[in-house]
Amino acid sequence: MKRNKFSFFALVIGLMVVISGCNSFGETEKTSTKDSGKSDGKKEAVEKVLNLNNSSEPGSLHPGTAEGTHDSWILEHAFEGLTKKTPEGEIVDGMASVPTSEDGINWIFKIKEGMKWSNGDPVTAHDFEFAWKYALAPETASEYAYQLFYLEGAEAYNAGTGTVDQVGVKAKDDTTLEVKLAQATPYFLDLTSFYTYYPVNKKVQEENPKWFTEATSYVSNGPFKLTEWKHKESVKLEKNENYYDKDKINLDVVNFVILEDENTAWQMYQSGELDLAYPLPQDVQGQLAQSNNKEFHNGPDLAVYYYNLNNDVKPFNNIKVRKALSLAIDRKTITENVAQGGQQSAYSVVPPGIPDVNGDYQENTGNLFTEDVEEAKKLLAEGLAEEGMDKLPEFSILYNTLAGHQKIAEAVQEMWRKNLGVTVTLENTEFQVKLDREKAGKYQVSRAGWVGDYVDPMTFMDLWTSDNSHNDANWKNAEYDQLIKEAKQTMDQQVRMDNMHKAEKLLMAEMPIIPIYFYTKPHMVKEYVTGVYTPINRYPQFIYADVDMDAKE
Amino acid sequence: MIMIRYILHRFMWAIITLWATITITFIIMHSIPGDPFAKEGTMTESMYENLQRYYNLDKPKIVQYVIYLKQVALLDFGPSIKSKTLTVNDYIEKGFPVSFHLGAQAMIIAIFFGLILGVIASLYRNRWPDYTSMIIAIIGISVPSFVLATLLINFLAVKWSFFPVATWKSWSHTVLPSIALAMMPLAYIARLMRTSMIEVLNQDYILTAKAKGLRKNAVIIKHAIRNALMPVVTVLGILTANVVTGSFVIEHIFGIPGIGEMFVKGIMNRDYPVILGSTVFYSAILIFLIFIVDVVYTWIDPRIKVTGASK
Repeated sequence: MKRNKFSFFALVIGLMVVISGCNSFGETEKTSTKDSGKSDGKKEAVEKVLNLNNSSEPGSLHPGTAEGTHDSWILEHAFEGLTKKTPEGEIVDGMASVPTSEDGINWIFKIKEGMKWSNGDPVTAHDFEFAWKYALAPETASEYAYQLFYLEGAEAYNAGTGTVDQVGVKAKDDTTLEVKLAQATPYFLDLTSFYTYYPVNKKVQEENPKWFTEATSYVSNGPFKLTEWKHKESVKLEKNENYYDKDKINLDVVNFVILEDENTAWQMYQSGELDLAYPLPQDVQGQLAQSNNKEFHNGPDLAVYYYNLNNDVKPFNNIKVRKALSLAIDRKTITENVAQGGQQSAYSVVPPGIPDVNGDYQENTGNLFTEDVEEAKKLLAEGLAEEGMDKLPEFSILYNTLAGHQKIAEAVQEMWRKNLGVTVTLENTEFQVKLDREKAGKYQVSRAGWVGDYVDPMTFMDLWTSDNSHNDANWKNAEYDQLIKEAKQTMDQQVRMDNMHKAEKLLMAEMPIIPIYFYTKPHMVKEYVTGVYTPINRYPQFIYADVDMDAKE
Repeated sequence: MIMIRYILHRFMWAIITLWATITITFIIMHSIPGDPFAKEGTMTESMYENLQRYYNLDKPKIVQYVIYLKQVALLDFGPSIKSKTLTVNDYIEKGFPVSFHLGAQAMIIAIFFGLILGVIASLYRNRWPDYTSMIIAIIGISVPSFVLATLLINFLAVKWSFFPVATWKSWSHTVLPSIALAMMPLAYIARLMRTSMIEVLNQDYILTAKAKGLRKNAVIIKHAIRNALMPVVTVLGILTANVVTGSFVIEHIFGIPGIGEMFVKGIMNRDYPVILGSTVFYSAILIFLIFIVDVVYTWIDPRIKVTGASK
């Protein structure tokens, strides 16, 4: 009995040692031996491996239910749509040849010959029809179904008021896909390269509806295939030998570690465990951007950071008050000293990088207002007088809890205090709560951001129409609605762009929201990695990347 | 026989406790603001309704509650709202072994060094070994684990390359997170052991033992430490439950695929099935470990006896 008492502790510790000796690492060892044996075919070539981090476990690697960059970064390399984009941003043939459409409503895609899935099955038009209809089905409950609402009858089917047969996509035969849209959409080709429009192997999904949850059953049609997925730990892609353009693909293996902490990812990059790091910690970005580091790259981003003003709340219903608040913000100080990621100050809402009829849309827009503290003071006094107030009541800036947002809110708070003598408080909540409050209109000023879905100014411009669910500023303007409506109904680029430029001017003249800056995508790539490019609406792409394995050693 | 009755009795109470936990969590979870499907993008009315239907959230709360109780009775915690790939059961099945492995290693370190530090401190009370031990303990308790983890990574991994920075691939990957996770319980155990030892060393029976002419080591090991362990064993159950169910901070920083993040992210995302699943799971572990501790008492201290149902 006496001995038991100590042996108990020995037992507990012993047991823990045994348990911790057990393997909770999955099958790491196996893969490394497999790798070394595989390169025999190609004259003793060293395998080209790229290591990088994905900032979250993918929620779904199914094109129909994927809904974020943690899903799409992998999907964009494992799949290919009807069309694809070159590193220069040009839309070229993908699975199908690029068609033209007279009316912008009827589109006929011809699947190219010899297109194969990673399991060897041919890619057919039926796979596209199946995938799009699956994403739209109400039972699927896809959060990205709206991406397909351009198709005729799509929204009705998703809402349960229409049938699946009324959806405007039909495979006439194995190689012909007929698409009918609800209305003319000039940027539809751009959309066909987006991940919600990727095909799904119909046969595979019908046999195993959960094919996309494990690497063993995963089938895709892009440059890479998924060969290992250790949930919440790592994802491994390998070159897809069945890909038609495989000769242009240099990488053999791509390893993603799933790592949420940016600081850790940065440290792994420094210690050489990663070859590409994105996103970077905020303070590191600032230092790197100023250091002329050759590994530092800054790509454009199709996104704008702005503040909503609740137009239903007095005195934010007054244009002059809203303008005064906007004019009193020093954006250069925010981008250079606070955000520090090489962002561009925003004096309009559509970010640079979107083609206009001629040139760049944002450059053609130019600055739609200029910061001016004196003017701001004057406007505020006038605006308040119009509203019968002698002083701007205290209000709060609502933002979701994140150090970066807090720093910016603090800077704005100080600028408004100093320039306008306004007392502002800061209020942070969880993201879900912030969204709730915005929808319910229970806020005065709130931080927001918008990432464009496709490369056309419309992805930003239709946010502030009266009926848009994202119009949290609750701004309503009939003229604006009319301009956007007209732009949506025509295929004439000149008319569309003119209307959107006019609408944007109107928006900035009334200032229901305060644009602050256009996002960028600062990332680090080791010098021995070449061929990485960053499309405006995608994460850095490594489809055609190459790694100099000698230099890496 | 008494033992079996005791276990059955405890089991019944465990079920009742779990039921109460589910009920209270269910009520609180649905009364806090925030919608699981709110997002910064386009969401039509019908898309929202489809999602509500998919997760049974369109039904009255009481129906949802009954459905959930039925599920849990069958040990099915349902699908996660944020992941269409992993169910809550998958999260636990895949994550718990990892968190447990890490937690077990951390507890070994914590118990081993914690007890040694505590005993040394008590034997050399108010002399330099005591101060050194207690400084270590104070640092362990007061330095947040994310600071410690960052320091460990920065020096041992990035600067001196002794260990890999992060992720969970081999044993050497587990060293830094185990140390980071062990510091808090280690410090706690050390302080508790010191206090407890000092108290025991002042007891009459220690004096008696010494008076009988027992050797100093025998007195300390056989009489003092054993009795001083009682309070440590008491907290060990809760400490272990905390440590083996994963640490959000440590797992986040080191990119470890454990279940620590389930607790925190479930709530941030308003992922109802994950919130309930993690609460039930954590409660079950805690109840089980407290039970083990109670049984262990009777082993260590003969004065405590199981006497059937407690009244």
